[in-house]
Amino acid sequence: MGLTLFDKVWDSHVVGSVKHGPDILFIDRHLVHEVTSPVAFLNLKKKGIKVLYPNKTFATADHNTPTINQHLPVKEKQSAMQLKMLEENAQANGIPYWGLGHRKNGIVHVIGPENGITLPGATIVCGDSHTSTHGAFGAVAFGIGTSEVEMVLATQSILQPKPKKMRINIDGKLHPSVLAKDVALFIISQITTSGATGHFVEYTGQVFRDLSMEGRMTVCNLSIEMGARGGIIAPDEKTFSYIKNREYTPKGSDWDKAMEYWKMLYTDSDAVFDREINLNAQDIEPMVTYGTNPGMGIGITKTIPNAADVSGSIEAFKKSLHYMGYNEGEAMLGKKIDYVFLGSCTNGRIEDFRAFTNVVKGKRKSDSVTVWLVPGSHNVLKQIKKEGIYDELRDSGFEVREPGCSACLAMNDDKIPAGKYAVSTSNRNFEGRQGPGARTILASPIVAAAAALTGKVTDPRALN
Amino acid sequence: MAYEPFSILESTAVPLPIENVDTDQIIPARFLKATERIGFGENLFRDWRYHLNNVPKKDFVLNNPIYDGKVLVGGKNFGSGSSREHAAWAIYDYGFRCVVSSFFADIFKNNAMNIGILPVVVSPKFLSDIFTAIESNSRTKLKIDLPKQNITIIDTNKSEHFDINPYKKNNLLNGFDDIDFLVAKREEIVNFAFDRPF
Repeated sequence: MGLTLFDKVWDSHVVGSVKHGPDILFIDRHLVHEVTSPVAFLNLKKKGIKVLYPNKTFATADHNTPTINQHLPVKEKQSAMQLKMLEENAQANGIPYWGLGHRKNGIVHVIGPENGITLPGATIVCGDSHTSTHGAFGAVAFGIGTSEVEMVLATQSILQPKPKKMRINIDGKLHPSVLAKDVALFIISQITTSGATGHFVEYTGQVFRDLSMEGRMTVCNLSIEMGARGGIIAPDEKTFSYIKNREYTPKGSDWDKAMEYWKMLYTDSDAVFDREINLNAQDIEPMVTYGTNPGMGIGITKTIPNAADVSGSIEAFKKSLHYMGYNEGEAMLGKKIDYVFLGSCTNGRIEDFRAFTNVVKGKRKSDSVTVWLVPGSHNVLKQIKKEGIYDELRDSGFEVREPGCSACLAMNDDKIPAGKYAVSTSNRNFEGRQGPGARTILASPIVAAAAALTGKVTDPRALN
Repeated sequence: MAYEPFSILESTAVPLPIENVDTDQIIPARFLKATERIGFGENLFRDWRYHLNNVPKKDFVLNNPIYDGKVLVGGKNFGSGSSREHAAWAIYDYGFRCVVSSFFADIFKNNAMNIGILPVVVSPKFLSDIFTAIESNSRTKLKIDLPKQNITIIDTNKSEHFDINPYKKNNLLNGFDDIDFLVAKREEIVNFAFDRPF
């Protein structure tokens, strides 16, 4: 029987197995940020253990950082302390640290690929559930807890039971206004937020082959929102040309050697998955969510379903609509919007800024909407300026902030006020996710752009 | 981090019959700024437990004095979303040692076991039996027997077997830690790493 892409990568990293227990999985790359690492470092310090492979570990500050005036000291005491701790921990262990203001600083899942840290066939972990992003390159990448961060720092390995395998295939061609974000929200709306729990998902079919690397990252990023341990896409020429010549990518004969391995990274034709799902590109339109988990999404022209028609608990459904201030059967088009957030590890890359700008350029931001445009990294910000996007946005009444996770999880000051509605390109519409009482509608960058112009949920296809 | 070994737990339980309880609800992001594992229990379910002006919400189960105990019983897909181990820390720090549900999100389940909380997966029918039993009598006790891998509603004597990986079971029974296990394997790991392609 053949092997899946996931099997090939996982199996080649198994150091050994515990009898009747998990595998000891070797980790090629460990990404570290300020929020989920301090307790891990503290425990190691208490035990007198040093980081085993500091050169396979990379640290950045992103979750808890301001997105304006980054050149000034961080005002909030606890946030400043977390940043200081990370810097000290990185220094004490010889780990490269790209702190606030560093030219390579940015959201951990944006800077990994940008710098060639993310490679096909690698195992990558981080104390962050959206580590699944890196699967876009054919890596086995998944989020871990702080105890596991400690394990990886100490031993470059983790104890993990091997997940089951699932394949999601989507054939056909997407409408030009349907983006990677819509594809992922569509999948989650079909299989629910627990539909892939216990599984590693491989995405196959024309839709994913056609996506850019940025688009593939968006899809893999949202794998966790369907409950999956991770998502993976077979590397191809697009992947190789993206990673070539980046700072940490292998060079010369090392590149050739790596390519030999990378060329084998595909699912064999006779490989078997535990579960298979087939969907059609033609069924996907621009998506919006109306509830309080990413599975509560519909096509933008559809109406909010009736409680009687949804699977799962009716009480949970009603609680969710009550939180959002919405009713069953209402249309989403035309719903009032107070805030727009473009950014996050889901949609904070250059392609997302290009897509947003294409919609708004030559038009004016609505006066009734507050808009936060937050690049995923300093590299993205640099590119935004280089391509003239920065000026086009400014001419339309928008301001681009400094990079970070920002309003995606609202750990910093970028909080949506209670009761207000935000169209967000981020990944979670949970209660209070973007600030206590905040109401989130997840959408693609162009749906966000349309809302920024009109102050309402607007179909980008209907703008002239 | 060492934790109390888990063997047999007999306790009243706190019912939370809500599906898809995500880790942002268990501990909102604004409480993740600590650099030590201290005091997370105070903010467990913060925004369901307190109004924004810090006044307790009377209708939330943790504020209802008739419910207490070391077992939290949650709806399907408990612990979804963010990987923050702080969610498990908050549950442990509040005083829970066991969480029962018909379905757990993967990362939460790993995190819970790594810090000494036993996640018990029961059938949807048994979960609904537990909720019914607690609803009719808040003093209903559950008995969770890890060595025998079964859970019993003491009032009704209904019982169900639960699965757990034998390695993880042994860890929980003894308060063992994956980190100690892996550190003992460092030499094997270093040998394995020697000829990695990158």
